[in-house]
Amino acid sequence: MAGDPSLSATEKAVYELEKSGADIIEIGIPFSDSVADGPVIVNAAQKAIKRGVSAKGCIKLVSKLRKKIKTPIVFMTSFNIPFSYGIEKFLKDCSKAGVDGLILPDLPFEEAKAVSSSAKKHGIDLIFLIAPNTPDGRAKKLASLSRGFVYLISLTGVTGARKSLSLGIGENVRRIKRYSDKPVAVGFGISTPEQAKQAARHADGIIVGSAIVKKISEKKAVGNFVSSLKRAICTC
Amino acid sequence: MRYDQPDQHGYFGEFGGSFVPETLVPCVQELKQAYYASRHDKKFKKELAHYLKNFAGRPTALYFAEKLSREYGFRIYLKREDLCHTGAHKINNCIGQILLAKRMGKKRIIAETGAGQHGVATATVAALFGLKCVVYMGSDDIKRQALNVFRMNLLGAEVRAVDAGSKTLKEAVNEAMRDWMANVRDTFYIIGSCIGPHPYPVMVRDFQSVIGREAKYQINIAEGKLPHTVLACVGGGSNSIGMFYPFIEDEKVGLIGVEAGGKGIRSGMHSAAIAGGRPGVLHGSLSCVMQTRDGQISSTHSVSAGLDYPGVGPEHSYLNKTGRVKYAVVDDKEAVRAFHLLSEKEGIIPALESSHAIAYLKKLRGRLSNKDVVVVCLSGRGDKDLDIVRDFLNTKPRVN
Repeated sequence: MAGDPSLSATEKAVYELEKSGADIIEIGIPFSDSVADGPVIVNAAQKAIKRGVSAKGCIKLVSKLRKKIKTPIVFMTSFNIPFSYGIEKFLKDCSKAGVDGLILPDLPFEEAKAVSSSAKKHGIDLIFLIAPNTPDGRAKKLASLSRGFVYLISLTGVTGARKSLSLGIGENVRRIKRYSDKPVAVGFGISTPEQAKQAARHADGIIVGSAIVKKISEKKAVGNFVSSLKRAICTC
Repeated sequence: MRYDQPDQHGYFGEFGGSFVPETLVPCVQELKQAYYASRHDKKFKKELAHYLKNFAGRPTALYFAEKLSREYGFRIYLKREDLCHTGAHKINNCIGQILLAKRMGKKRIIAETGAGQHGVATATVAALFGLKCVVYMGSDDIKRQALNVFRMNLLGAEVRAVDAGSKTLKEAVNEAMRDWMANVRDTFYIIGSCIGPHPYPVMVRDFQSVIGREAKYQINIAEGKLPHTVLACVGGGSNSIGMFYPFIEDEKVGLIGVEAGGKGIRSGMHSAAIAGGRPGVLHGSLSCVMQTRDGQISSTHSVSAGLDYPGVGPEHSYLNKTGRVKYAVVDDKEAVRAFHLLSEKEGIIPALESSHAIAYLKKLRGRLSNKDVVVVCLSGRGDKDLDIVRDFLNTKPRVN
């Protein structure tokens, strides 16, 4: 989450994430009322907003990061943030700053026309999510629309750590693979190397959010944790 | 002119739509199908009519407020939704939605509540149909509406406190949506206002439009004509849209929605999304939203917990844009004065929400003739607000 505990802490964390082997770095732009998020990300967002962190500040942060890192950067936020910023301007500014992709969890593809076309124009991958309860026809459509990779939600519920990994990830990955050859990354509820390992058996990538946000928020180093995740999923 | 909003995607002009996480997409689609299959179904309509009549106590009276009329110089009628079972219009919508939940085979009901009226109405229908019920309520609202929390407990509902953000209605909706995401299969979310993703705004409007239909029929009998003006308070906007909808095509009838001005629009401490907001996406639909320059949702204030919400139903944003409905603002003080006025003049203690609509009558003084008819939606009763009003004025019970 950008700006929790501070934008400079976020900046430092990103360097650490790259060094520890993250393949893609997702940066959250805080939104006051993100319904898809659990307590960890909600609290981090609240704290960042209190510090005055805005979309503008997050875009500026990426321009700065881009000078030093090569890892793809993806923004994740609620739709009201780019909507309020101005959709076309948001994507243009993101592109200029060096943002590679965008995830808007509360924007179903039916409502995404304006964002899709601006994203395409400015060379930003708009990544769609597929949920375990997404019907086949819809999942197929989402997989075909999604750019870069397909984000598979591991469970029905909000973001945040869970004691155990949801069953059925394997089946859901296989179902997406049947109609798409894009990489599938699994997220929501993955917080330990063991869970990462289990999920990575099926998927091309795993996405860890809350567990990392929590560490950064508590001013702890994330490097070792991310290296351990990376080791757990490495088949080599 | 024929009025046929929304379109099939839930858009009222540019407002509305369905902005929900992918996990909820199948849920709102299932709901949409169930609702559109039921709304003209004879059996469903019969069942709905039965419970509205025999359980909720409809039709509610349209009462001629004689002394208030004399005071202001035009003919004032009150649509007495405060006489509904549970004390407010909220029950109309809850009966409709729970009948739908039953049809869909859902076992668990969740709801959000601000003033507690929607929570009580939901807990009531859940008890009626023997379904498990969880109500989310901001922790500040739990404090200021303690009586309603106890009522929900008595009805067998579990009330979950929401401690985040401004600790009021907005956060309660967030938590209810998160619960729904985690329990998509067996849970039905009864939203209490004409907000949320499609089909909620149209569904809530349809269930609440019994208010306007009755009022239109009753005023025709009482006065032999349509009203000059119809007034209702607007938070999310369910009682007002229910009241206005049957009058929309009667273009000579003035429709006025009254938003909560709190401590004044300039102070920023208010809940008037149309007067003080701009288009944005909150809780699943695109509508007027109070927000900062950066797109963060603003915290709100109103003396009335039921209006204390930064958004408004998308249909209201549309009706504001087309100009068919005028939106006005009444502040805390004016609302509390109206609360007293109606209590003293007519022997009716109104909810603080409804007091906003009553307060607007004063602004019509001198602008109407003594033959003009104004219908006010008295959306709920004020028993729940006694502590707030007492604290607001710092008054003690008088005994002589």
